[in-house]
Amino acid sequence: MADKLRAQQQLEQLQARYIGTGHADTSKFEWTSNIARDSYSSYVGHPPMLQYMAVGLGEPREAVRASMIEKMIQPVGKPPEVTD
Amino acid sequence: MATTSSMFMYSLTLKAPTAIHQAIVGQFAGTKEQQILTASGSRLTLKQPDHIRDTITDIISHDCFGIIRSLASFRLAGSTKDLILVGSDSGRIALLEYIPAEQRFNRIHLETYGKSGVRRVIPGQYLATDPKGRACMVASVEKNKLVYILNRDSQAKVTISSPLEAHKNHALLFALVGLDVGYENPIFAALEVDYGDSDQDPSGEAYENIKKQLVYYELDLGLNHVVRKWADEVDRTAHLLFQVPGGADGPSGVLVCGEENITYRHSNQEAFRVPIPRRQGATEDPNRKRSIVAGTMHKMRGAFFFLLQTGDGDLFKLTIDMGEDAQGNATADVIRLKIKYFDTVPVATSLCILKRGFLFVAAESGSHTFYQFLKLGDDDEEAEFTSDDYEPDWRATYSPVRFHPRPLENLHLTETIESMSPLMGLKSVNLTGDDAPQLYSICGTGARSSFKTLRHGLEVTEIVESALPRVPTKVWTTKLMKASEYDNFIVLSFVHETLILSIGETVEEATDTGFLTSAPTIAVQQMGEDAMIQVHPKGIRHIESTGRWNDWPAPQHRSIVAAASNSTQVAIALSSGEIAYFEMDGEGALNQYDDMRQMTGTVTSLSLGPIPLGRQRSSFLAVGCDDSTVRILSLEPDTCLENKSIQALTSPPNSLSIMPMIDSSSGGSTLYLHIGLYSGVYIRTVLDEVTGELSDTRTRFLGPKPVKLTRVEVQGQTAVLALSTRPWLGYSDDMTKMFTLTPLDYPMLEFGWSFHSEQCPHGMVGIQDEHLRLFQIPKLSSSLLEESIPLQYTPRQFVRHPTLPLFYTIESDNNTLPPDQTSRLLADPSIVNGDAKVLPAKDFGYPRGTGHWASCVSVVDPINEKRVLSCLDLEDNEAAVSMAFVLFSSQDDAVHLVVGTGQNMIMSPRSSTCGWLHVYDIVDEGQSLKLIHKTKVDAPPQALLAFQGRLLAGIGQSLVMYDMGMRQLLRKSQCLNAVPNLLVGLETQGSRIICSDVQESVTFVVYKFADNRLIPFVDDSIARWTSATAMMDYETVAGGDKFGNLWLLRCPAKISEGADEQGSGAHLVHEKGYLQGTPNRLDLMIHIFTSDIPTSIQKTSLVAGGADTLLWGGLQGTIGILVPFVSREDVDFFQNLEGELRKEDAPLAGRDHLSYRSYYVPVKGVIDGDLCERYLVLPRGVKEQIAGGLDRSVREVERKIGDMRTRVAF
Repeated sequence: MADKLRAQQQLEQLQARYIGTGHADTSKFEWTSNIARDSYSSYVGHPPMLQYMAVGLGEPREAVRASMIEKMIQPVGKPPEVTD
Repeated sequence: MATTSSMFMYSLTLKAPTAIHQAIVGQFAGTKEQQILTASGSRLTLKQPDHIRDTITDIISHDCFGIIRSLASFRLAGSTKDLILVGSDSGRIALLEYIPAEQRFNRIHLETYGKSGVRRVIPGQYLATDPKGRACMVASVEKNKLVYILNRDSQAKVTISSPLEAHKNHALLFALVGLDVGYENPIFAALEVDYGDSDQDPSGEAYENIKKQLVYYELDLGLNHVVRKWADEVDRTAHLLFQVPGGADGPSGVLVCGEENITYRHSNQEAFRVPIPRRQGATEDPNRKRSIVAGTMHKMRGAFFFLLQTGDGDLFKLTIDMGEDAQGNATADVIRLKIKYFDTVPVATSLCILKRGFLFVAAESGSHTFYQFLKLGDDDEEAEFTSDDYEPDWRATYSPVRFHPRPLENLHLTETIESMSPLMGLKSVNLTGDDAPQLYSICGTGARSSFKTLRHGLEVTEIVESALPRVPTKVWTTKLMKASEYDNFIVLSFVHETLILSIGETVEEATDTGFLTSAPTIAVQQMGEDAMIQVHPKGIRHIESTGRWNDWPAPQHRSIVAAASNSTQVAIALSSGEIAYFEMDGEGALNQYDDMRQMTGTVTSLSLGPIPLGRQRSSFLAVGCDDSTVRILSLEPDTCLENKSIQALTSPPNSLSIMPMIDSSSGGSTLYLHIGLYSGVYIRTVLDEVTGELSDTRTRFLGPKPVKLTRVEVQGQTAVLALSTRPWLGYSDDMTKMFTLTPLDYPMLEFGWSFHSEQCPHGMVGIQDEHLRLFQIPKLSSSLLEESIPLQYTPRQFVRHPTLPLFYTIESDNNTLPPDQTSRLLADPSIVNGDAKVLPAKDFGYPRGTGHWASCVSVVDPINEKRVLSCLDLEDNEAAVSMAFVLFSSQDDAVHLVVGTGQNMIMSPRSSTCGWLHVYDIVDEGQSLKLIHKTKVDAPPQALLAFQGRLLAGIGQSLVMYDMGMRQLLRKSQCLNAVPNLLVGLETQGSRIICSDVQESVTFVVYKFADNRLIPFVDDSIARWTSATAMMDYETVAGGDKFGNLWLLRCPAKISEGADEQGSGAHLVHEKGYLQGTPNRLDLMIHIFTSDIPTSIQKTSLVAGGADTLLWGGLQGTIGILVPFVSREDVDFFQNLEGELRKEDAPLAGRDHLSYRSYYVPVKGVIDGDLCERYLVLPRGVKEQIAGGLDRSVREVERKIGDMRTRVAF
């Protein structure tokens, strides 16, 4: 029982420290949001990738960077209605 | 593990990336001079502006082997030196200083705070420092913010505290700056959005009401913790912050830049807002809003101003008016903001203002520019807009303001720094018939794009070129006195005579010089204090300063064939193979050594080194004989003309030269013997100054002509001029001190010599047929010659004409008005509001129009005319996406250019009305194009390829084969869903086709002619977002992906054979797929992370006689190669060297080298040559330690590293 408790605590600690650490009830919305947010922050964080997208879109780099972070707010649309 | 791989490649960067991600300015050397530090890719480069010549030069470039994401400079109170903070992907904060004396960066602190890699919640994306240098904040895109306190201990060393946390869940960070608060507690201002509520609200209402906040984080130095001190709502579209000076200099606070507005905000001040003016013009969309993309603040003598740039490149000057109290003294209250148009410069990633009145613009695309301020736009007629007319609330409505862009008025362009970023395509082709191929590339975006030609070579400036009456064979220059600085005579030797030219105001023939002019000359030398000697076939003439001369006649029936001399010694070789040696004594008399030395064969060349400082004579004579040997003879009095050592060669030596040169191994100067062979091979060996032993031989093939060598001086260092089919210069590299051999951008010379005159202190003189040429080499820093041809729009792809030396490019620009619309707008009298002045697009960009495409197909002649020969604009909002030359068999192999276009394309999310395939006839000897017909297809064809006299097109997921028809292309065969997502690239050999998918790596397809079927048979097990591919051999394909990896995939032999078996079509079609793919999988051969996105890959040989390499070009302007290893021993050696270097020279920013190169996939079968070349710049002690660990000498290790490069590249 103690082991289980500790595992639970460790998991909670991880979830607090690293956003996106899943749990048994992770919903599709949470999971996809996380993936999308991770992706957008990665695009912003890798200068060549940001430049690649800026060239593709024909926009200045700063505009693409701002729009990527903007998309992180709600990357996959509205959250689903809570049933039950 | 990498060690089990059967294939190994050596990865080397030939040209470092030139895209600047961020640039900061500071006094990094600790002197008053300011430097600019730039981050490009994984490299930190320190640039020094030269205020006298108005240029900017690189001092040092350091590869950090980590992704540099942010840079900040700070200065501790009381210090005069700026230190550097680097935010990278290492999960650590690195504190660096530049040490000018050793020309290197030193790491002071490296503090770990999180996991490595570019992650959402690991800080490193943003970096802000307190202006007083007391603290810094490092933050991630989401949630995490850490504050470090910086201080000094009693020994004046910089200390760094443990981190203080200021995390906030669900907070997305848009911008971060350090607030200028004087000596109060440091405050950091952050632009944040909290998405916590919107994630929980299914109605979407919370998302609609999301607020963007300006948050102040205060570091309480007394309590040692960080508090969220103040937060207020700002413009929802805000994305940038700028620090406003505080303390005694200004009101403190920040500028918040959003869409079409700039707002001043501070916790204890009112808000003030000014709009960003819109461009006025007939072709401008009157409703388009601008945003700030870059900017900088500059303080000077109590005043300050901001230069802010919009996405069009327009610079605006923003100033803040301060209040005054009753006595007329300035208070800290802000009264208004004022904004006015300043000038237009290229769109920047960073702007740096230097105190000396210069502006450095790190451009987003194309070359970086360096401007001088002529004035600050203080009293011009430009309209100024103030915050008085606008409500501070961002929701309030306002009427937009406008300005007229105009050519530069306040700035003056002093230098452009060439940059190949973004590099959209690279090809290595030999179009000029030289011994080595040239590199052709398309780079840049919009109106700043260009077609660039790169050649390996040093720039040469010609001073004089004059014709002579006959063809001379040799040329020398000489001075009359030992003490004089400049040369007095040019001596030209012809077949039967000698001509003397005197150098003065003009160069004219000199008579009565004492020289024997009726015979050819073998050598000329100034000797002793004021005497000269001339060696000719029949003897030696010793000319004294009085004009009298003595002759030493050659023994009967023998003539002199070779001679060598320095200021006191002369050695000659007779046709009988004897060597006579002379020395000049104190009185200026030439004495012959009693014995003549008989050599075994005919002597072809001799060389004497210069006299070392403090010595009477040079102790060695190098003798080259026609039995393919070089002997070193001693010249010391007691062992005169005795053998010291011997070196066997592959061919008789044609020319020898002993000279001391700067050496990277010893750190000082070393004596070298340079040997030029009849076979065109150049050899450099180290000559031991004591024993005369020859060691460390390095060879290089220069060209199929005998090599002639001359000692010259270039940029203050001794260099060797080697003449073969091209002139080459051997010198030591600026940064690494490595011996480098580079061809000169100059015609072939028969003979060359150094030339010193007042106008040209370090010049050279050479003869080419009957021309005498005087030239010099202005710089040694860049060994790639660039030529640029401007293009119209962003180039997307280019192909070479199958036979002619012409290139065809497709260019397209998104959200840009095409020329027909522009001209219609300009011609429309109802829209023109006042002025129809058309500004050059190169500086001001094209008029923008959302949803519009401007696109064209151009013919470029990079060889003869060096310009765009013709340009064909596309209409109906079509944009070219792919092109290929096809020789249709049904049209008797006539050459056709096929261009794939998309109509009404939207890039994200990808959509379009349809695609087209245009077929063009090539007319006017390739100079222009004539449309034959166009064929409608479902989607823009992203890839085209000529295949067995037909055309293959990748349309969406499908691979379609077309043949030429009368009215349109005719579909002959197709493979639906050849790839899972979008086919973006095609390669072929035989009947095998390699299709690359935008997301899912490559698929091999076989074409079965008998069944007329295209059958995919093998694909990959990893999703690679392929950006470029090239076939290495029939089974192997090399590729690059959008994450910056390079890889090599191979089809297993059995599957490859099976696919090509006769009649295997039915079997292949019905074979069961494996895991929703093709039945088989490819094997990964090598893999490496390069950090730059490869946009082109090619298998090619780069130097004359060099082996094939894999050449790749990256988006940020990187040009690199992968060289296959030949022997297992070499692999082991370099693996050990890599291991040692990772330990002894750990990457500067704290990223682990091995995990950096294994960013997405573990590095496999690749040795990092860039890491190995770091060895050359290490301090001597570390070099010895590493060499010791490898059981080799330093020289051996350096030779191995040097050979890896020079064997195949430059």
